[in-house]
Amino acid sequence: MSAAPIIDVRGVRRSFRVRQGLFAAPRHVAAIDGVSFSVGAGEVLGIVGESGCGKSTLARVILGLLPPSAGEVLVDGQRVADMDRRARARLIQPVFQDPFSSLNPRRRVRDVVSMPLDAQGDVPAAEARRRVDEMLARVGLDPSMGERYPAELSGGQRQRVAIARALVLRPRIVVCDEPTSALDVSVQAQILNLLAELRDALGLTYLFISHNLAVVEHVATEVAVMYLGRIVERRETSALFGAPAHPYTKALLASVLTPEPGLGIPDTGLGDAMPDPSNVPPGCSFHPRCPVATARCRVDIPATARVAGGQSDCHLL
Amino acid sequence: MSRLLEVEALEVSFGAASAVRGASLALDRGETLCLVGESGCGKSVTALAVMGLLARNASRGAARLSFDGQDLRGLDERGMSRLRGNRMAMIFQEPMTSLNPAYTVGSQMAEVMLRHRGGTRAAAMARAEDLLGRVRITSPAMRLGQYPHQLSGGLRQRVMIAMALMCDPELLIADEPTTALDVTVQAQILRLLLDLQKDLGLAMLLITHDLGVVARVAHRVAVMYAGEVVETAAAADLFARPTHPYTRGLLACVPVPGKVARGAALGSIAGVVPRLGPGFSGCGFRDRCGEATAACGGTIARASAGEGHDYLCRLPPGWRAGAGAAP
Amino acid sequence: MKALRDIGLASGAAIVGAAVLVAVFAPLLVPHDPFAQDLSRRLLPPFWMEGAREGHLLGTDQLGRDYLSRLLYGARISMLIGIATTVASGLIGIALGVAGGFFGGRIDDAVLFAITARLSIPLILVALAVVSVVGSSLTVVVMTLGLLLWDRFAVVARVSTMQVRNLDFVAAAWAAGCSRSRIVLREILPNILSPLAVVATLEVALAILLEAALSFLGLGVPPPLPSWGLMIAEGKDYMFFSPWVIMIPGVALFVLVFGINLLGDGLRNLLRTGRVA
Repeated sequence: MSAAPIIDVRGVRRSFRVRQGLFAAPRHVAAIDGVSFSVGAGEVLGIVGESGCGKSTLARVILGLLPPSAGEVLVDGQRVADMDRRARARLIQPVFQDPFSSLNPRRRVRDVVSMPLDAQGDVPAAEARRRVDEMLARVGLDPSMGERYPAELSGGQRQRVAIARALVLRPRIVVCDEPTSALDVSVQAQILNLLAELRDALGLTYLFISHNLAVVEHVATEVAVMYLGRIVERRETSALFGAPAHPYTKALLASVLTPEPGLGIPDTGLGDAMPDPSNVPPGCSFHPRCPVATARCRVDIPATARVAGGQSDCHLL
Repeated sequence: MSRLLEVEALEVSFGAASAVRGASLALDRGETLCLVGESGCGKSVTALAVMGLLARNASRGAARLSFDGQDLRGLDERGMSRLRGNRMAMIFQEPMTSLNPAYTVGSQMAEVMLRHRGGTRAAAMARAEDLLGRVRITSPAMRLGQYPHQLSGGLRQRVMIAMALMCDPELLIADEPTTALDVTVQAQILRLLLDLQKDLGLAMLLITHDLGVVARVAHRVAVMYAGEVVETAAAADLFARPTHPYTRGLLACVPVPGKVARGAALGSIAGVVPRLGPGFSGCGFRDRCGEATAACGGTIARASAGEGHDYLCRLPPGWRAGAGAAP
Repeated sequence: MKALRDIGLASGAAIVGAAVLVAVFAPLLVPHDPFAQDLSRRLLPPFWMEGAREGHLLGTDQLGRDYLSRLLYGARISMLIGIATTVASGLIGIALGVAGGFFGGRIDDAVLFAITARLSIPLILVALAVVSVVGSSLTVVVMTLGLLLWDRFAVVARVSTMQVRNLDFVAAAWAAGCSRSRIVLREILPNILSPLAVVATLEVALAILLEAALSFLGLGVPPPLPSWGLMIAEGKDYMFFSPWVIMIPGVALFVLVFGINLLGDGLRNLLRTGRVA
């Protein structure tokens, strides 16, 4: 890893007020609860976890779209919360999951891609036009596509437009929140290849959020596993997939269905209990589902332990 | 094993657009057939056509469409609804939209039983409770009184499965049953389906786009593309010797941990799925196929690549890339 | 069903289109000066009745003014009031609704309170009170109705804004460094216009009817302006012997409001079936 991290997340916590009944007092539910990590320039950090684990909230906090309730996020050495919105946009950009809701249906593709340039306020129209054409070509779209509306494009083409919009300012970091989950298998492969190619060509750093572990294994250099708002394991990709340390990581990996016939459906060993962010269990929050939990796990919050190629939070390490 | 479902040359069109173009399927008792393909390939429409649940503006035609020897083509709506939910049941991707939010789980499950089999409400409730336990829902008696919104996604899908089983169906059609679920829950639901199938001798038509699911649960696989079944084979055979160029392309698109080198480019299929009208002839995949020649515009015969393995392409079994393109 | 809806939309559009054309070109279309009195030709019947005179297709009123000319000028008043009122109330309602839906929190609470307060005001009574205190004129009627009819705009704008605000393309605009006003004007507003267009047609119809009611009560536009409501009011003393004096503006009012509602329903169906994005 390179010396200075380009993303530095320090003890970030983000909670939401929820009201569970008409007369109930509002409660604070922590979507992310004390997350710290850093990412070196040029790396791809994969973030995996089940729905409700806080991975999308984390993406929004890092993008500066949600202020953290506690802690801070530094991007390229500056606090995201304090940055000028234009400067932040030049540094970090998102690609979202659903290519149908991530493009304004009322604007032509050209205007969608040009929007970050227009927001800068100092890019001349001719220059913006040139950069939009160049970016469209770069993501594999014909510049004539620029005149179309999103509704006229396929899912894969829309996701290319979303990538063009994210890259038109030449940011250094792209936060990809489930970028291929809504796409067909063959289109997913096209988009993953495109993202890899752009990363090499433009020297990008990716934060790659996905629930698809096979995809994360393929693209990420390092992987963080989230459970109920916390990172329970963070390691180099090959170390994590080769010898998962945390019981939750083991269960996640076991449930990946690779296209290899005859292996059957694995038993994950997880019970029926579903993680509920509004009712986080005491001790290790994973203990109700953990097949190897001990009495201690129900009481004490596990400390972070070093394991080969990274770290993990589990009493049994 | 005996044939339970036979579909031959199924055609479904919506106005000028063909959704299914001559698809044929056969399903034995106790067998799992996976219908795999990308969105718009006609796999869900095929299932709906079998269940007689197509939208009003659809027109359906088939050379053969029979369930346990009974011809479904001439059956009216009353005859179909006697079969549906009774001898053939269906579960969908999003259980929330197929459960009525205004009724409790128990009353919805009992309703299915009372409609088809009659009997007392108490007996139906007892059966519902039994089945909820069977789909491994803890404290089933308590769940009977709950409303759909009080359940998690995985629990709702279990309830849907239990509801589908109320009348001991012979055929279960599952349309992307685990697509909306987390991977851990997906594994649990699929295990459950496989166990139930073994115990009850169910025939299962599982529709999915996920090749991982196909590989792990299917006995036989039918690959659909642009409304046609382009390749059918036993699951092991299909993954070992994929023959249609589309099947090969699809398999190359999936990253497999430990098999595909990390960071290496994945295989991909250029272009997009075409929308074909009724007059289309020749191979529907030829515009995206690396091996296509002028001959692909003509009629393509179904070829055999071994016992129970056939495909719709003019290339010989075991062809190699580039070999077919030679003039 | 679909064909029936399309016929409804087409006839609604035709009626409204015709009314707009008549309103715009009224000075060119009228056969007579609508204000010119001729007491020798009072209460002439329209062409289909006995005693009709050449040149007065729809007869004359109690002051001998040409009824067709007054009717065409009346369309002008009705459309002017309908559209001006809707523009005024639309601006107020959309501004309030978008503000509430976009900012949420305290601002939204305030907007909701304003909507609730407005809904508890009896419309006609307040309009009557204002007009009788301030005096009646076209401007006063438009202002009064404009200040009263914004509630539906606000409700629809608020809910639509809340839906659009959470879509990913708005998040992308924030991340792209767009300013708040840019996001409201370029990303959110264009995507809530369709439902607001439907509201606007309904409000035009409502404003036209309210103006007619106010004018009938003598508190709308002042005479001698030929408002349809005023024409009905002026004709009511003669209705037993000359029923056409209230029938003709009454039918005109009905047809126009019916046409506007058909157009609104048609638009709503178009939007619901997604034939217009």
